[in-house]
Amino acid sequence: MSERKPLLEVDNVTLRFGGVVALDKVDFTLYEGEILGLIGPNGAGKTTCFNAMTGVYMPTDGAIRFRGQQISGKKRHKITKMGIARTFQNIRLFPEMTALENVQVGADAHNRGSVPSAMLRLPRFWQEERRGIKRAEELLEFVGIKGRTHELARNLPYGDQRRLEIARALATDPTLLCLDEPAAGFNPAEKVALLELIRKIRDSGVTVLLIEHDMRLVMGVTDRIVVLEFGKKIAEGTPAEVRDNPKVVAAYLGVPDAA
Amino acid sequence: MTDVQIKNGAPEPRGFTGKLNAMSKPGRWAAITALVALFYLMPLGWFADPPGFYNPLVTFSSDFGTVLFDAAIFVLLAIGLNVVVGFAGLLDLGYFGFFAVGAYAMALLTSPASKLITDYHWLDSPWPWLAALPVAIVITALTGVLLGWPTLRLRGDYLAIVTLGFAEMIRVIAVQSEWVLGGDRGISAIPHPPGEIGGEPIFGFVDPKPYYWLVLTVIIVVVFGVRNLARSRVGRAWVSIREDEDAAELMGVPTFKFKLWAFAIGATIGGLSGALWASKVNFMNSTTFSLENSILVLAAVILGGAGSIPGAILGGFLVAYVPEWLRGLGGFLGLDINTTEYRYLIFGLVLIVMMIFRPQGIWPNRRREAEIKDRQKEVAVGE
Repeated sequence: MSERKPLLEVDNVTLRFGGVVALDKVDFTLYEGEILGLIGPNGAGKTTCFNAMTGVYMPTDGAIRFRGQQISGKKRHKITKMGIARTFQNIRLFPEMTALENVQVGADAHNRGSVPSAMLRLPRFWQEERRGIKRAEELLEFVGIKGRTHELARNLPYGDQRRLEIARALATDPTLLCLDEPAAGFNPAEKVALLELIRKIRDSGVTVLLIEHDMRLVMGVTDRIVVLEFGKKIAEGTPAEVRDNPKVVAAYLGVPDAA
Repeated sequence: MTDVQIKNGAPEPRGFTGKLNAMSKPGRWAAITALVALFYLMPLGWFADPPGFYNPLVTFSSDFGTVLFDAAIFVLLAIGLNVVVGFAGLLDLGYFGFFAVGAYAMALLTSPASKLITDYHWLDSPWPWLAALPVAIVITALTGVLLGWPTLRLRGDYLAIVTLGFAEMIRVIAVQSEWVLGGDRGISAIPHPPGEIGGEPIFGFVDPKPYYWLVLTVIIVVVFGVRNLARSRVGRAWVSIREDEDAAELMGVPTFKFKLWAFAIGATIGGLSGALWASKVNFMNSTTFSLENSILVLAAVILGGAGSIPGAILGGFLVAYVPEWLRGLGGFLGLDINTTEYRYLIFGLVLIVMMIFRPQGIWPNRRREAEIKDRQKEVAVGE
């Protein structure tokens, strides 16, 4: 692993909500082209970390840099435009839009035409609209739900909704895709299919950050893993290293109080 | 799970809109053209007073052309407010304030009695109508941006309260600032739109028909613009904001920008209708701009079906037309009741009944209807 280019640097980030320290000097780097797993027991601060990266929360202390650019404090939609996209732990699609329209919203992120071009149906409008639909159709095929193109998001089966969220996020043309427990509620067969999809996404040139509970899934797909517990980073390394780390074992299985 | 039936991926045609969409394209356009033609012909003698029988749709005690003009103004207002309330999902309780701004801007710029000319000499002479109209519209649009800039960061109830305050502010300014807006004494001699046929002005004092046709034409243009917006990136952004504002923002939708656009577009249409109204009535004063009018326009949007352009048109028309028609009916039956006096009572009752039995409105938008039902379910679960 020579010449790794850092894509996202989480630099000593602390996040406090009142007296609660949700993240405590968390520090790790994400390199271009890798799949990084972010794991930890419930309440360890994984989703909080995600939220800080996508502009939902502003770190109390420390900095988050994306391709060397400071992102804390930037507007959320600007961060998305810079190339960070995400899915949600609890699916948050636009329920009354079709699958295609959901993905189009993501594709719109890079469209420049606004009210005048839409109102007057200028050539730019048609051009962007056509391009958006084409891209959305490609992505629906890519994640494997092409047959659902014109169905309302709310009517899709659970697994397809998760896939649709990934397609919508990919439509914003990200360099970094953050997946927040994408396998939650999946059966083993669906998990295997998801694993393949995540690899396919990485192979298409997108760096992936993955929050996941299922250890087997995480171990199987990630290049490196960062482990959080009570808002602190307790381990970092390859899946094999992390698995053998006594601190990680303790965090997941618990240790006697005397220790 | 859902009321929308899915067959081959496409929803079954439901309701008016569904039936209209299920028609072939030429058939749909023919139906719409026929309807528009009917609207244009409505104030003419043989419709209003057909030989041989009595047309029950025509108002008795008020001039039918004037009623149609007022209804058209309300339709335009409802279309504008529908962009804000129906499309972007922003509750604006003070929409009539923009109507007032447009009307006053038009009056101040074009009337020879304007204090900008008589007292302050800011203007040497009144502006021509065609030059003043765009300026009045731009002024209203800027007012919308100015009000929206700080307030659209608020969500839900807070925004409603601020907009309510805005309309009241405009009204109080209109009452108090006698030094420029004339207060109760108002502004008189507001000119009519230009144009002559055979030496006779098209837009005169007596005949309301040309004004109605003018507003009707404006409505058609505005409907096209608004419909184009709804079926574009902008419309998608509005839907996404309505359904999940946080998720929308994280998917790269500049939510504030598009909410501000909705506000500005609504304000522009409100100002346009105010300006058109001012150039018909010739005289206006502060009493026109009471809060009830804001509520009435909102009632029109909700009654018709928020988020639906045909709904807004229908709602705007009903809100202005039904009370006048009822008034005539009272006179016909020999009852000495002025139903206009009771119209807020009647519409209040109608709205309550509607909210119970048909909260989505008379001619709803499919998507908006489903959202309302979802929300009802959430409330039921939360109880």
